[in-house]
Amino acid sequence: MADKILLSAEEMSRALARIAHEIVEKNKGTEGIILVGMHTRGVPLAKRLALMVKGFENVSVTVGTLDIGLYRDDISSGELKLAIRETKIPIDITGKKIILVDDVLYTGRSIRAAMDALVDLGRPEFIQLAVLVDRGHRELPIRADYVGKNIPTSRTEDIKVDIVEIDGKDEVSIIKSGKAR
Amino acid sequence: MTISVVGSDASLQPLSGVSSEVWQHHHMLDLDEFSRGDIENVFKTSNIMRQILDRDVKRVPTLRGKTIANLFYEPSTRTRASFELAAKTLGAGVLGLDVVRTSVVKGESLVNTLRTLEALGVDVIVIRHPQSGVPYIAVQEVSCSIINAGDGCHAHPSQALLDLYTIWRHIGKLDGLKVVIIGDIKHSRVARSNMWGMSKMGMKVTLSAPSTLLLRDIDQFISQSGMSHVDVVSNLDNAVEGADVVMPLRLQLERQEEGLLPSLREFTLRYQLDGRRLSLANRNVIVLHPGPIHEDIEIASEVAHGSQSLIEQQVTNGVAVRMALLYLITRTKRGDQT
Repeated sequence: MADKILLSAEEMSRALARIAHEIVEKNKGTEGIILVGMHTRGVPLAKRLALMVKGFENVSVTVGTLDIGLYRDDISSGELKLAIRETKIPIDITGKKIILVDDVLYTGRSIRAAMDALVDLGRPEFIQLAVLVDRGHRELPIRADYVGKNIPTSRTEDIKVDIVEIDGKDEVSIIKSGKAR
Repeated sequence: MTISVVGSDASLQPLSGVSSEVWQHHHMLDLDEFSRGDIENVFKTSNIMRQILDRDVKRVPTLRGKTIANLFYEPSTRTRASFELAAKTLGAGVLGLDVVRTSVVKGESLVNTLRTLEALGVDVIVIRHPQSGVPYIAVQEVSCSIINAGDGCHAHPSQALLDLYTIWRHIGKLDGLKVVIIGDIKHSRVARSNMWGMSKMGMKVTLSAPSTLLLRDIDQFISQSGMSHVDVVSNLDNAVEGADVVMPLRLQLERQEEGLLPSLREFTLRYQLDGRRLSLANRNVIVLHPGPIHEDIEIASEVAHGSQSLIEQQVTNGVAVRMALLYLITRTKRGDQT
């Protein structure tokens, strides 16, 4: 049951800094980029990436938030997630380069829902995916373009991501939950 | 395209004490069984639904695979269209049952109709019936979710919720606001559901009507129901003074028994909301009306179409509120319901 720390605050910060650089490098600049954070923990992560890009490129990248509650495929099964948060992207996404930001990539189902939600808002030039942790066990043909850390896990383990803005500290740890999620 | 909520929302006070993960209602019969937190939950969810209605692709797949039946035993244009649009926007299938065209004319009983809908796999039945209490019978008979879309003179909770949401969205709060409900209160299920909802949200409700159009035992009703801030002021000029919200009701001519009104003209003289009376209210007063409007009977045209009227916003908000209700009600599992 003991937590094992996989990323400390400094390591998390370095991983995010690397992702920020990779985003600018891969897209040859910041033109047309929108960082879209997925609720809940993707939202502060997207804001941090934008701050980092601002730090070394001196450009303000547009940041938005996305809630996938209305697009989930597990609505009538299992846990009942009620709360829907605000989707707020300040500009039209049509023709823009969307970087989806989330904390953990697991089955890929949330990303599928996020892509469905995005294309209902407009027709972006492309969608890329940035995640802090990729823990494997994909159930859909989805991969990340930017990964903070690859962490092989078993299904009975749980990845816990703490973010200062929400949880009061920066840390990624692994928990043996004993039940498959 | 900006997909944020409209400007005025930014200034809304945060809702206090809401745990939006908590929702236990499998049905909606009236607002007396909804808590303040439930109502705030509907508001928050309605805000999200409004965003969907404001964008180009007005469709989400949330209720894909679910079927909503509109079972209307009474004429309705806006409530029925509103529920239908709400269900379709959420991706549900909609079964519209126009009762004159169904087996009811062949003598099928209400209960059999409900059971047939259940057997057809309907998830939610939206029911309107001229008899008070029919939705309460329906929940005993079938396991589908039941939404009361108006039963006799008893209740019309989705209308009250959209009224409350429209006020909250426009003014930014409900606590302490003074609202005046005018006219045919006796026959108004909207007034009754609103009295529940408004009381729960801390609003002060004043009823203004000829005594024949009030509930017969209005004082008893108020005291027994525990609505602490409801009073009756029969003179409309006095009632409107200091009001933040005024809501004239449609004079329900189809439900008028003989002799309740000496004449339409007298009612109009004493109880029509016109520009002069509106000027006695607060400067920023807003006007709501549950519709359909009888122009120049209970409300003057100039007021119905004036700058303080939110009547059209009520219609748009109605779809968002009904989407929120369908979303929340279909989330609850059978068994852990109320």
